[in-house]
Amino acid sequence: MGPLIPNELIPYEWNNIIALLIGIAFGYILEASGFSSSRKLAGVFYGYDFVVLKVFFTAAIVSIIGLLYMDYLGYVDIGQLYIHPTYLWGAIIGGIIMGAGFVAGGFCPGTSLCGVAIGKIDAMVYVVGIMIGVFIFSELYTFFEPIYNGYFQGNITLMDSLGVSPFWFILFFTIFGVVAFAASDLVRKRVKKVFY
Amino acid sequence: MKKFDNTKQNRHIYWNPYFGGLLLGLLIIFTFYITGRGLGASGAMKSSVVAIVDTVTPKHAENNAYYSKFINDDKSPLNTWLVLEALGVLVGAFLSGALTGRIKLKVQHSPKITKKRRLIFALIGGILFGLGAQIARGCTSGAALSGAAVLSTGGFITMITIFGGGYLFAYFFRKNWI
Repeated sequence: MGPLIPNELIPYEWNNIIALLIGIAFGYILEASGFSSSRKLAGVFYGYDFVVLKVFFTAAIVSIIGLLYMDYLGYVDIGQLYIHPTYLWGAIIGGIIMGAGFVAGGFCPGTSLCGVAIGKIDAMVYVVGIMIGVFIFSELYTFFEPIYNGYFQGNITLMDSLGVSPFWFILFFTIFGVVAFAASDLVRKRVKKVFY
Repeated sequence: MKKFDNTKQNRHIYWNPYFGGLLLGLLIIFTFYITGRGLGASGAMKSSVVAIVDTVTPKHAENNAYYSKFINDDKSPLNTWLVLEALGVLVGAFLSGALTGRIKLKVQHSPKITKKRRLIFALIGGILFGLGAQIARGCTSGAALSGAAVLSTGGFITMITIFGGGYLFAYFFRKNWI
């Protein structure tokens, strides 16, 4: 039963090779979907291109349903998977700052790497910016520490927070996604086209 | 004539987004199935900063409460799963770009702004994203996408606030894009 490496069904020595292979697939999918173009990515915030919304929500829906099924069928134990921890205000404030960075620079870290790979100089500058951002955070760590380490609620899931069954949640989330896809197509028709 | 070519490009050059999303979702499932964890991107850049600071001023890195979390006597800060994965991302994106003829050294920007303005805002955007990703312990890949896949509350909050933050500030940066 999965996960395979933590359960030693695949020897640990394979970990690095698997990291590289997963990265290659990740980069290929992002670039082929158009994520190496900042003007395409930023379209989601102005209504002229919703590729970010469509790729991101489809991936979220597919991965949630897939992992729930694999757990149900006994291929993977969801309880053994790493749940991103919840530090309430860190998640909120960090997210808003990232949102500002996204719309200012037109990339996020993963997509900027795709831009770098195909020669976008703006993406290279963006990566340097990210590293400066990390540097500023680290140097001022004592200042940020209360919010970085505070308001910790554990490795909780929406089931703990909202008290809903995962199956009902994913049903509503999928319906929400489909409605959002349809709405985004309507918005795109009404917004002035941008060519890039 | 140029406009016509661009329209054609916008329509045909990339994958259908639902197909890309499906493959990305399957990749996330595969990653969790094999490694027990999700994907990431900003982690590799954090490791690079730690490695640079640790090389330039090892004393300073050791005394800093944040860098020191990621410094280990046995191995380099760059010897992590996420750094290798990020190298893979560069290779994969390069392959996709090479196969479709998209590789070109250039600054991509709206015709309404200058190259210099685009690069300044790219730098500002990167700084903000790097800072935010440390505060939230992950970026769009590690926190939002991989967090959401296992229904992490924090992952969903970060997903909502990244996009919410984008819409919140979109008005101020509109000249760069539309």
